[in-house]
Amino acid sequence: MSQLSVPHLLGIKNLTESDIQLVFETADQFKEVLGRPIKKVPSLRDVTIANIFFENSTRTKLSFELAEKRLSADVINFSAGQSSVKKGETLVDTVNNILAMKVDMVVMRHHHAGAAMFLSKHVKARIVNAGDGAHEHPTQALLDAYSIRERLGDVAGKRVLIVGDILHSRVALSNIFALQKLGASVTVCGPQSLIPRYIEALGVEVALDFDQALKKADVVNMLRVQNERMEYSYFPSTREYVMQYGLTSERLGRLDHKPLIMHPGPINRGVELSSEIADSSDAIILDQVENGVAVRMAVLYLLASAM
Amino acid sequence: MSETLLLDSKAIHLLLHRLANQLLEHHLDFSETVLIGLQPRGIFFANRLGKLLIEEYGIKDLSLGYLDITFFRDDFRRSQEPLKANKTKIDFLVENKKVVFIDDVLYTGRSIQSALSAIQSFGRPKAIELLVLIDRRFSRHLPIQPNYRGRQVDAINQERVKVCWKENEGEDAVYILNNTL
Repeated sequence: MSQLSVPHLLGIKNLTESDIQLVFETADQFKEVLGRPIKKVPSLRDVTIANIFFENSTRTKLSFELAEKRLSADVINFSAGQSSVKKGETLVDTVNNILAMKVDMVVMRHHHAGAAMFLSKHVKARIVNAGDGAHEHPTQALLDAYSIRERLGDVAGKRVLIVGDILHSRVALSNIFALQKLGASVTVCGPQSLIPRYIEALGVEVALDFDQALKKADVVNMLRVQNERMEYSYFPSTREYVMQYGLTSERLGRLDHKPLIMHPGPINRGVELSSEIADSSDAIILDQVENGVAVRMAVLYLLASAM
Repeated sequence: MSETLLLDSKAIHLLLHRLANQLLEHHLDFSETVLIGLQPRGIFFANRLGKLLIEEYGIKDLSLGYLDITFFRDDFRRSQEPLKANKTKIDFLVENKKVVFIDDVLYTGRSIQSALSAIQSFGRPKAIELLVLIDRRFSRHLPIQPNYRGRQVDAINQERVKVCWKENEGEDAVYILNNTL
């Protein structure tokens, strides 16, 4: 198989396992391209891509933009902050105006869940979801799983622990879908108030005791506490959160194995991860960022090939 | 569909030796030369030639790599079925080296054009040559000709040249397949 089963990348939920494997195999080749003296291929030279970000982003936006440029696509960037969205223009109108300038693909981040799906039904362009509210962040999950595969050889059979603010996290949901499709088992861990009700229905285990859960984990993915999405307080204090769910060298020292440590960024140093751990060789945080470009190149390339 | 045997294993064996000798004549000890097999089908041929040069002609330190041209193809988004990318493996410098591209069949010349673009990502070679097992003349779309060829054939467009290698298909042979009959 050399084509994805979907025309847009809206979420991991819509992908098959072979779709994910195809992205990985293509990303392997792009990773090799990124190691060349000239890190650019001409594949998307006749494709124009708009990066539309209604929400702040550093890593994802830069990573997509770099991936697009490495593929030789023409790129336009749009941030809602400095645009006519402030004047009351609707999402569909905004995007259709951008598409009128002959744009073929849209990479969009939006604060509402389902925004990418909505857009895919109303505009004529390939849509890549770069994060929609607390719903999905498919490219992050792909690059996380790709980084696990790179370090541990395979994702299947691995036990992955996702820790922190599961309730507000699109990374958690996309990761759960991706990891399960690839045959890993997933446990989520965090304060009860930040674990969505009925999450067990997705086939994940729920752990409230971080230390116990760590004992069984091959991979620990530490999520950021998303203060900006919290309307009220979900735990008594940051200090208490750190004591219960912060990953420190003392906590890791009590284990008889060394789990792989991941973080999708941005890190709140000293909260979910201590600086010592974030900078240690067991943490693959910067590998994740590096792999992000190759994985996004693969996604854009595969979607464009079916255009 | 008819299938005509063009070369059997004995003929391929002779061709491989002749091509190896021609390469030796032009590149001496290969210290300034790198061989690049083009993915996906050129790598079997390149491996075979490389093995011959090392084992029977005593070449030491032969640089042999594989180049995948999928991302450089000029028919991306224009062909029916998108092609899957293969592995590129070039763990040496091509800067100022003589590069010999190795492929099994030269047909329209478009793959070679893509390979000429792709190799530039690895540096500026001193010169680039092309070695093919089968040269389908009169079917070129571009002004590209091989420097070394195993056999020239006049196949019509409806015909397909199929190259089989022992390590992949179980036999060394070249067939011409005709779909029209």
